[in-house]
Amino acid sequence: MRFGIVRFPGSNCEQDVAHAVTYLEQDFTYIWHEETSLGEVDAVVLPGGFSYGDYLRCGAVARFSPVMEAVTRFAHEGGPVLGICNGFQILTEARLLPGALIRNEQMKFICKPVSLRVEASCDWLDKPQGTVLTVPINHGEGNYVCDERTLAQLHASNQVIVRYCAPDGSDIARAPNGATDGIAGICNEQRNVFGLMPHPERVTDPISENNTGCTDGATFFTTVIERFA
Amino acid sequence: MTDTASKTRYHIYVTSREGIFDPAGATALRGLGQIGFTGIDDVKIGKFIELEGDVSAEQVDEMCAKLLANPVIEDYRIVEVG
Repeated sequence: MRFGIVRFPGSNCEQDVAHAVTYLEQDFTYIWHEETSLGEVDAVVLPGGFSYGDYLRCGAVARFSPVMEAVTRFAHEGGPVLGICNGFQILTEARLLPGALIRNEQMKFICKPVSLRVEASCDWLDKPQGTVLTVPINHGEGNYVCDERTLAQLHASNQVIVRYCAPDGSDIARAPNGATDGIAGICNEQRNVFGLMPHPERVTDPISENNTGCTDGATFFTTVIERFA
Repeated sequence: MTDTASKTRYHIYVTSREGIFDPAGATALRGLGQIGFTGIDDVKIGKFIELEGDVSAEQVDEMCAKLLANPVIEDYRIVEVG
């Protein structure tokens, strides 16, 4: 399976994604943001980083990159698209996912492993509801917000995929960044576009367990590989 | 000679939408309380944009809706200043 990893000026996690999929014995190609075509890829990843320096708003300028038209077409055709951290912010700015990511409630940049509770499945994650995963976050603007109507719709159609929780899976609304309802990741209605603030690509190769204590990243990629390879 | 006659200046104010939490404003409010200021009900921190060019107010509105503001979380107000 071939992953297309989009590079914007200011992306800085594309090599982590490349390492993760290579570790899982998959192929990848980088796609520069000025490209108008994705080429031959089976899945698209918008990596973390600070596209366009986060100027104006995180992801606001990146969403108008030429490549985003191709990403949008790919998504509408059912192709699996993953946005990690800044990639999630870009997906919301592009309206491929509802809501927005604003400054963390406490105004602090947070970099630490967090517990995530699986709420539902999508093309990028298929674990029983209630499964607890440990994955690191690394962001200053991961505070998910949306209006009440959107929130009700997200819950009604099971689009909330992961929420921040205590290590034992309880206290599911406790978000380190203040996110509404503890939301860490959501998918679109078709369940092929998935955005999350945590970084599964950093904890896919078990070597990262030494530094982070996390090993739960691989499942996000193996799910899409099983479904689309 | 430049065609300054056709140019218009706009001031654009971008603020958090009603009901959307403003972490920067809340932090400033708390800080003001810590250094002894009282009687403040609310602080909102947003963006101020100056824009000048041969563009109509309608075009500036479109710029705000598409890029300069995010209507999902922000309101904007456009003032023509000359």
